[in-house]
Amino acid sequence: MPDTHYPSPQTIHRTVLSNGITVLVYENFASQSVVIEGLVRAGALAERRELAGLANLTAVSLMRGTEKRPFAQIYEDLEAVGADLGFSGSDHTTGFAASSLVEDVDLLLDLLAQSLCRPTFPEQPVEQVRGQLMTGLAMRANDTRRMANLKFYEALYAGHPYGRATSGYLETIPQISREDLANFHARYYGPRGMILTIVGAIKAEAALAKITAVFGDWQNREQQRLPDIPAAVRPTKIIRIDHNIPDKSQADIILGLPGPRRSAPDYLDASLMNTILGVFGMMGRIGKKVREEQGLAYYAYSHLQGGLGPGPWAASAGVAPDKVEQAIAGIREEIVRIQTDLVAPEELADSQAFRTGSLPVSLATNSGLAGTITNMELYDLGLDYLQRFPNMVRAITPERIQAAAQNYLSAEQLVIAVAGAMDGIGSEA
Amino acid sequence: MTIPVTKTTLDNGLTVVLKEMHHAPVASFMIWYRVGSRLEKPGLTGVSHWVEHMMFKGTPQFPNGTLDRLVSREGGHLNAFTWLDFTAYYETMPSNRIDLALAVEADRMINTLMTADEVESERTVILSERQMYENEPRFLMNEELTAAAFRIHPYHHEVIGDEVDLRSMTRDDLYGYYRRYYAPNNAIAVVVGDFDTGAMLSQIEALFGPIPSGEPAPPVLRQEPPQRGERRVVVNGPGDTAYLTVAYRAPAADHPDYYSLSLLNAAFAGGGSLGMFGGGGSNKSSRLYKALVDTELAAAASGGMTPTIDPFLYTISAVVRNGRSLSDVEAALDAELAQLAAEPITQAELDKALKQAKAQFVMAGESITGQTQLLGMAEAVVGDYRWFETALDRLNEVTLADIERARHSYLRKKNRTVGWYEPEAQRDEE
Repeated sequence: MPDTHYPSPQTIHRTVLSNGITVLVYENFASQSVVIEGLVRAGALAERRELAGLANLTAVSLMRGTEKRPFAQIYEDLEAVGADLGFSGSDHTTGFAASSLVEDVDLLLDLLAQSLCRPTFPEQPVEQVRGQLMTGLAMRANDTRRMANLKFYEALYAGHPYGRATSGYLETIPQISREDLANFHARYYGPRGMILTIVGAIKAEAALAKITAVFGDWQNREQQRLPDIPAAVRPTKIIRIDHNIPDKSQADIILGLPGPRRSAPDYLDASLMNTILGVFGMMGRIGKKVREEQGLAYYAYSHLQGGLGPGPWAASAGVAPDKVEQAIAGIREEIVRIQTDLVAPEELADSQAFRTGSLPVSLATNSGLAGTITNMELYDLGLDYLQRFPNMVRAITPERIQAAAQNYLSAEQLVIAVAGAMDGIGSEA
Repeated sequence: MTIPVTKTTLDNGLTVVLKEMHHAPVASFMIWYRVGSRLEKPGLTGVSHWVEHMMFKGTPQFPNGTLDRLVSREGGHLNAFTWLDFTAYYETMPSNRIDLALAVEADRMINTLMTADEVESERTVILSERQMYENEPRFLMNEELTAAAFRIHPYHHEVIGDEVDLRSMTRDDLYGYYRRYYAPNNAIAVVVGDFDTGAMLSQIEALFGPIPSGEPAPPVLRQEPPQRGERRVVVNGPGDTAYLTVAYRAPAADHPDYYSLSLLNAAFAGGGSLGMFGGGGSNKSSRLYKALVDTELAAAASGGMTPTIDPFLYTISAVVRNGRSLSDVEAALDAELAQLAAEPITQAELDKALKQAKAQFVMAGESITGQTQLLGMAEAVVGDYRWFETALDRLNEVTLADIERARHSYLRKKNRTVGWYEPEAQRDEE
């Protein structure tokens, strides 16, 4: 596929409204639908530990009532046209995602704008959502994969904002008052830094006019910036956390360490290194080792977060409790190998071809397009990023892969978190 | 605007369904085998799914480890899934390399090796997959619920299979099953995306045409007799959260009542409950949500239907809120179902369900992989891709009287199985 078919500065219509909102419009007439997604700069970085979960509870309460519509009416209007709209809070941002038939885009934009700009956080509907979140936290406590993840973050980012669960805790969610939500909204929600991407069967001028009509006059003179994200400290040794959840058939493992920010000069090197290690084919070298050679796991892979802060590189696997140590050893061997031995040219070429060749598939849907375009803006990659991307990937050498592995990985300085039935773990190590 | 679909059958019995879509330089190839857990016998439960895993282990032409690599390095992705009625394999690729998908699937339809060593290595992977599901309370409950609902029909057991069978099944069991059911006359090839229909058909004929046909799949004679009373299942296990599922025996996908019951479900439970096109949003304006979640009895509630060859289940599920009881949630659901009998679905509710169906249909239309799946599933389950393509028309023909008749016929206590997942912690407090 010629690179010119990818979204580019010529086909992405980018406008910054006078209040600071960046609007990105991409026309796609493949079906009579639209996808809208984006973010505001409100996130869990602003939370105190006692109120962990505040940013997310605020996000999921936005649609519990607005100045224009009560809770029941919001969902009656939204669902009557088969549209979808939702919000979620994370560390640096609060994101939204919406979709509808193009004939209903006015309604969708109105519901989005009202929820984002004019929520009322009414008592009763907020209590309902709080109760649902509490049930969700009880479910998390019984979920090996989610608990391994939680314990991993708490240990790897002790004393760092990333160490707090953005979904909060059983003891913090009840402490968050209606006023806390309203104050958080007043302080951090605002047009400055907001990104809104719309993709679908709508002309760019029409889309921009509609978006300007509902968001153009949004102001928040009190809007505060989130605190800066501190650097993360790499562990100096192996820190092992075993979390017991009795009567579970499978144990889940997650191990890793802080990784590069998306803005790091060698981020793409690290990303391609991770593709080789835990993505390519059926989950890269780690999948090959743990699933194919050791026959231990249904899933085994690695992930590099690479966001606005020092998110982790982490490998995950789910194995029988008596196979935990064997799987951990297998993953650590693969870390050492990619640091020690230069990757063979052919293996590197495979992953390069995968990364460049899979762009058409990932850009084949409205939501795939919208996510990619939003990230180009959020990480300041430039609207010509997709045109430059293939050559940037092809320029990466075995030496650069090795350097990234040596820079960002370690088999000796790791947090290893395991959640499962502890009476079985280690018995066959 | 409807994009035309071409359907043809090769001399060896392979059904071919082609749909050109040129909005992205991508094509998706799927091959569907009309074999799933529905055809499995006791002792070999899970064999369909395990064969699916073994299909990735290589042939003389594409040895173990090369499939993923070859497809991935072209920028494609491949995967497979096994269900009650079918096993399906797909590759979504940049369209100029879709020929690789055809070559791979034609080859592994007959040449998969399945060495004994690979079968043993995969046994632990399959057991690990089952253990992953067992970690989820709702899997534990649904497994017992389905078994209680189907005493005779093979829908009785889970697609993953029973652990005893996964431990005892042999390489010959797997290979014999593969040779029995993997044949062109038991398969459907579906291609959607950026290609030329004539050229694609020639390529398919060249690659798949020489494969000899096999014996047709046998009919499933062990059909379930009518249910004669409510059945109840309680599963105890770890955790703090209780789950309720009420499962009514439901019609097969090709039964005229299927559309009526689907719309009743969509109107009553809302959101993505329709279960025909994938997707679907929230259901907070539905009667079900208002009765169970707005009242703070449940944290979530949904309805579910899935098209199947033989009659399967219509389920209503709820996550019990912490501090509430299963019996309270079940009583509230029964009260709301009684209310549904007293005040049937209205025209406004039907209109809303139809609009939601339209939106889901249109949104499914932009995904090339999604279109391939929906066309293939319609062929595999009903034998006619138009079941999906014309579904909106069929839904629009359903009347309020049809919906009320479906409610009366299917949503009866004697026709249902009630499942409770009751955490050990709560049971011990009694």
